[in-house]
Amino acid sequence: MSQRYRLPDGGRIDRTAPLNFRFNGTALRGYVGDTLASALLSNGIHLVGRSFKYHRPRGIFSAGAEEPNALVQLGTGARSDPNMHATQVELIEGLKARSQNCWPSVDFDISAINDRLSRFMPSGFYYKTFMWPAAFWMRYEYIIRHAAGLGTAPTGRDPDYNDKTFAHCDVLVVGAGPAGLAAALSAARTGARVILVEQDAEVGGALLGLAGEKIGGKPALDWVAAARAELVESADVRILTRTTAYGYFDHNFVGLLERLTDHIVDPPAHLPRHRLWKVRAKQVVLATGAIERPLVFRDNDRPGIMLAGACQTYLNRYAVKAGQKAVLFANNDGAYATANDLAAAGVKIAAIVDTRPNPEGPHSERAESAGLPVLAGHAIVGTTGDKRVRQVRIARLNDDGSAITGEAQEVDCDLLAVSGGWNPAVHLLSQARGKIRFDEERGTFVPMQTEQATHVAGACNGSFGLASCLTEGFATGETAAKAAGLSSKSRRKKTPAASNETFLPARWTWLVPSETPLGRGGKHFVDLQSDVTAADLKLAIREGYRSIEHVKRYTTTGMGTDQGKTGNVNAIGIIADTLDRPIAEVGVTTFRPPYTPVTFGAFAGRDVDDLLDPIRKTPMHGWHERAGALFEDVGQWRRPWYYPRAGEDLHKAVAREVAAVRTSLGVVDASTLGKIDIRGKDAATFLNRIYTNAWSKLEIGKCRYGLMLGENGMVMDDGVTARLGEYQFLMTTTTGNAAAVLQHMEEFLQTEWTDLDVQLTSVTEQFATISLAGPNARRLLSEMTHDIELSPNALPHMAFTEGTVASVPARVFRISFTGEMSYEINVPASYGMAVWQAVLTAGERYDITPYGTEAMHVLRAEKGYIIVGQETDGSVTPVDLGMDWVVSKKKDFVGRRSLARPDMLKPDRKQLVGLLTDDPQVVLPEGAQLVERALPNPPMPMIGYVTSSYGSPNLGRSIALALVKGGLARKGETIFAPLADGRVVPCTMTDPVFLDPEGERLRG
Amino acid sequence: MSARYSIFSLIRNALAYHEDWPAAWRSPEPKPAYDVVIVGGGGHGLATAYYLAKELGVRNVALIERGWLGGGNTGRNTTIVRSNYLWDESAALYEHSMKLWEGLSQDLNYNVMFSQRGVLSLAHNQHDLRAQSRQSNANRLGGIDSELLTPAQIKAFVPIMDLRAGGRYPVLGGALQRRGGTARHDAVAWGYARAADALGVDIIQESPVTGFRIDNGRVQGVETAKGFIQADKVGIVVAGHSGVMADLAGFRLPVTSQPLQALVSEPIKPVLDTVIMSGAVHAYISQSDKGELVIGAGADRYVGYGQRGSMQVSEDTLGAICELFPSFRRLRMMRQWGGIVDICPDASPIIGKTPVEGMFINCGWGTGGFKATPGSGWVFAQTIAHDRPHDLNAAFSLDRFRTGYIIDEHGAAGVAH
Ligand SMILES: Cc1cc2nc3c(=O)[nH]c(=O)nc-3n(C[C@H](O)[C@H](O)[C@H](O)COP(=O)(O)OP(=O)(O)OC[C@H]3O[C@@H](n4cnc5c(N)ncnc54)[C@H](O)[C@@H]3O)c2cc1C
Repeated sequence: MSQRYRLPDGGRIDRTAPLNFRFNGTALRGYVGDTLASALLSNGIHLVGRSFKYHRPRGIFSAGAEEPNALVQLGTGARSDPNMHATQVELIEGLKARSQNCWPSVDFDISAINDRLSRFMPSGFYYKTFMWPAAFWMRYEYIIRHAAGLGTAPTGRDPDYNDKTFAHCDVLVVGAGPAGLAAALSAARTGARVILVEQDAEVGGALLGLAGEKIGGKPALDWVAAARAELVESADVRILTRTTAYGYFDHNFVGLLERLTDHIVDPPAHLPRHRLWKVRAKQVVLATGAIERPLVFRDNDRPGIMLAGACQTYLNRYAVKAGQKAVLFANNDGAYATANDLAAAGVKIAAIVDTRPNPEGPHSERAESAGLPVLAGHAIVGTTGDKRVRQVRIARLNDDGSAITGEAQEVDCDLLAVSGGWNPAVHLLSQARGKIRFDEERGTFVPMQTEQATHVAGACNGSFGLASCLTEGFATGETAAKAAGLSSKSRRKKTPAASNETFLPARWTWLVPSETPLGRGGKHFVDLQSDVTAADLKLAIREGYRSIEHVKRYTTTGMGTDQGKTGNVNAIGIIADTLDRPIAEVGVTTFRPPYTPVTFGAFAGRDVDDLLDPIRKTPMHGWHERAGALFEDVGQWRRPWYYPRAGEDLHKAVAREVAAVRTSLGVVDASTLGKIDIRGKDAATFLNRIYTNAWSKLEIGKCRYGLMLGENGMVMDDGVTARLGEYQFLMTTTTGNAAAVLQHMEEFLQTEWTDLDVQLTSVTEQFATISLAGPNARRLLSEMTHDIELSPNALPHMAFTEGTVASVPARVFRISFTGEMSYEINVPASYGMAVWQAVLTAGERYDITPYGTEAMHVLRAEKGYIIVGQETDGSVTPVDLGMDWVVSKKKDFVGRRSLARPDMLKPDRKQLVGLLTDDPQVVLPEGAQLVERALPNPPMPMIGYVTSSYGSPNLGRSIALALVKGGLARKGETIFAPLADGRVVPCTMTDPVFLDPEGERLRG
Repeated sequence: MSARYSIFSLIRNALAYHEDWPAAWRSPEPKPAYDVVIVGGGGHGLATAYYLAKELGVRNVALIERGWLGGGNTGRNTTIVRSNYLWDESAALYEHSMKLWEGLSQDLNYNVMFSQRGVLSLAHNQHDLRAQSRQSNANRLGGIDSELLTPAQIKAFVPIMDLRAGGRYPVLGGALQRRGGTARHDAVAWGYARAADALGVDIIQESPVTGFRIDNGRVQGVETAKGFIQADKVGIVVAGHSGVMADLAGFRLPVTSQPLQALVSEPIKPVLDTVIMSGAVHAYISQSDKGELVIGAGADRYVGYGQRGSMQVSEDTLGAICELFPSFRRLRMMRQWGGIVDICPDASPIIGKTPVEGMFINCGWGTGGFKATPGSGWVFAQTIAHDRPHDLNAAFSLDRFRTGYIIDEHGAAGVAH
């Protein structure tokens, strides 16, 4: 029985290359050049899936991207793809596909019971029920969820990878049918850089599915081949097949998805599976063609019912007869071409049912002269056949087509080809905010106006005849190239001759009447995938959902994976009729990207796993790794958190590191701190405005701590800035905020203070920063430099100098974040590792100890130094931190006015305090909330929370910092921390400086 | 009058081929004057009208919508509902809302499909962990359910998630609110509309408000596409267009309007039974009852009124989703869209009086106001009816930007929805 629907010859398949594949476990054969759909049809298989809601048997409906029914699951396990259009899947050896949304099988699906119960499940039924008992919704929902969904997600990490790329071009042509090819040719002939995109595996568009079409007197496909050859030869033309332009964004930015390996059995490793192209085109030509529209009649959804144009494509392109005995149901002339082709291929035409009382047009005439049985002014009023259409009922229409008259007759068939006209594929045009209008003559929406540098040609423009496609294509390509700036030296050739037949004339029918009133027998499907019927649309309107968007959302029409490509215009027609408003007034729903679904992984491209976000590492990172450091992420940076030795946990390691700093010598990699070089005549003025404190008088060679506020007066960053020269400063920022600070300052310079002469340069990555801290810091450093005077007088706390360290040019800052004597050595990044090594080797005699961020945090907390982002959260002012000393009263600065607002001055704001647990061994969890009095049960009023908390080895007890309402005035008072485990910890508020309040150690 | 919805009415109507269902709401022509006019037919506006009529007996109310009900952010959002906010003021307001959600389907007699499947936000670094601890402790003491989960507990709760997140930003912990979840956005708009209409509220669609008539600092009514409508009081609830309305009324708002985008996958069988949020890698994901993965992305960095998001934002978001759920990489985006969100400097809403007497505003919900729909409508109705804010929204005055009483919700949690 193999491929008994395959014609003995013809088609664009390679008969020398047979392929084996499986569908629902059955072994089948097809050929290279087949799609899964054409191969199934060649084997006589129409039934491929079950519908979303009613689980009705469904077959292959189209031959392309618009397919609503034939969705299959490809592959298994981690390499599995749900909801694939069988009509677009290229057949490959060993392909495995199965039906979705059915159990136990597509032939016998338990859930088909839904169809019997459909009466109780009209659109929106779920809004009206499942409300009792209230607590049961989660159970109802469980059942609903499991009934819904189509295919299944893969079960593991995607074994394939995807890629992304950028491209620029003069003219991007979307669609490689006759119009697109012509446009690409004429643009290319001007020398323009052209990208031609085609979703199909080959160029040719609609011509691939037609028989007997001629261009310039020769077979149309010869012209296609010549056009392609010329384009391939052209230096600046790129043809992308298997590529879909899925989204058209602002500024002529177009997203493409290229599928590189889905059609290859064993793809070479260097090829990504999909590639996302981000194209910035000077001009875009949309030649996306048109999509055939079905007719809405009773039980129009059975397997074996398909679009007329699709039947024709299967016949001519794939040499497959979609049936042996066909009925055609149409309202236009073009569909007769299908009947003529089918008849020529030996398919029996049982009837051509035409809603037009007087069929006219070239195709109709040909059918008539061939003696095909035409029933004019008739309609199909019902179909039978469970898994395949078996019979249709045909009845005469009354004059205005609104009802039937007389008795219906029955005609047997195994194929019903339908055509209700054609809709230009205006999706991309609309995404690009182009306007469309309803055209009465062509019975569809056609482009009216473009909003970007967009041109439209061919069927997409409502020009359906082949000759006009070519003429428009050639003209548009040249116009676009000219608009892109190419002086038209187009090697102009004459547009080749072709026929200009269209599918017109037609009689527009939105809803085909049937023998019983709508909704009282059978189903008139508008959206096959979402199982939305004409009765559903009318119900929505009856219930007050009158806007097209409401009807769409209430009924879900057009919301399936096909996004209503075949159904939407019919829905609009039926809604307009029901509301008795012109279609133009009803309008369309918004066309949203993507045109067809786009793989998530393609958006991620290679930015996956470790590459999701850049990992920033300091020049000394390798050393930290070898030293066994554990790391923490701070912004994009990966910083050593602590360096555990054998048997040490975080707590023990940190205790050791902290003790080393206080007793001898520690070293920390501080390269991640943001460094911004600030230059210009107005640099000091600039700093005066950016920081809360004054900078004009800072001497060259001195450093100062600065606090930076946002406009709302809240602390945004802090750090030490050094004056390197009269007009040059070096600012340090916190690790996480470096970019934000630079942005903040640039914004002021570029938008508010354009008169200032200041230049900002990020130099974070130009320097490696090695920070020595501890009583032996000076001793070690003095051993490593011969040209820097380190005595307290020559280089006091908060001073800066330059010289060499370990024979490398260095900037040395005597500043401290630990409360110990400390030197920050900045050397060019490329020397970072060498100097770090030298420091560690030289420091061995002092038992130099590298310490991580955790120890650093403990050390600074012992001193009561804040960390921006930990003691602050965007709602904390300098006053709240008890840091008024750094806020100038005399000058203006960013945030100053905000600080004067009444709520900023209230005494009961949350303010920074130290916190000592009554039991020195208890370490409060960070984030613990504080209360005046613990109540037995929540809710209880909270007065603050713990921002930092550690066991302090130097103090031999726990210490914490907290923000507490009115805390500055409440030192000595006891408050409580009710913890998640039920403990209520009493603690006393203190000064936040726990160690060396006079600062003797750091000045020493 | 609309019929009650129930399984019985469904069966009864099925037997009549569904030909007898009444309209969910009337579509009347506006009267010349009302006690209160609400501008904006999103969830918040509709809820305001409903609670005015239901709780406060103010029934001579018109709601004026520019386009179609729910066509703004209400019908575009990713429907995450939770109440575990950081600050006491916010937590109280969102928790009030949560309590209303919990009985909303029954109250409205319209199934809004409020699904309490839990909202889990992930911590990817030490800073996140600290912030979650702070927030969770605050919620617990404030009487709002909140659990901190360890990575092992998260793995058990969401087995398909890759806690290594590709190794770049591993999941170190999470905060779970089990009462959180999702709801059906359209149903919320329609349910409120139907219930408000039943109480006499006139719902006027396709009628933009184009101006306000203001005399001596007091509002007299609104100019609309359907003519002037007199009103004693006007409540403005237009989300992304709040700045535009304020401009028409002659005052300024500290809001910026930016596009925020969302996207859905094709429908698949259930794979994700909860809501996952990650502020650090910026991704929000749940699965709709239809089977689509619903993914919230970030806001575009620029101000604009185009209801679409730019491509680079989808790239970032899907990159993050692909890390957390490597098995989703082959799934496909089916639809992408944007809404215009009105963001306040402190990421908290403004609900209260305006400089114009008799005119009230409810805006600034930004990227996260869907969850507040019932509570927001409830307090706004109280505010309009009593001419002063309710205790629950007193702190959310427009005045706070002058006084400095800011309620900064982006600081600690860094989570938008
Ligand atoms: C992509 C996205 C995802 C989101 N995700 C979440 C989430 O997961 N959870 C969450 O809690 N929140 C989320 N939000 C935010 C949430 O959607 C909004 O905060 C909330 O819906 C706002 O409701 P609203 O009724 O105030 O506004 P809208 O629903 O926007 O309603 C405002 C209405 O005012 C109308 N209007 C405007 N101008 C006029 C005029 N001149 N005259 C008359 N009418 C006018 C508009 O047409 C609109 O219908 C998200 C938002 C977006 C865009």
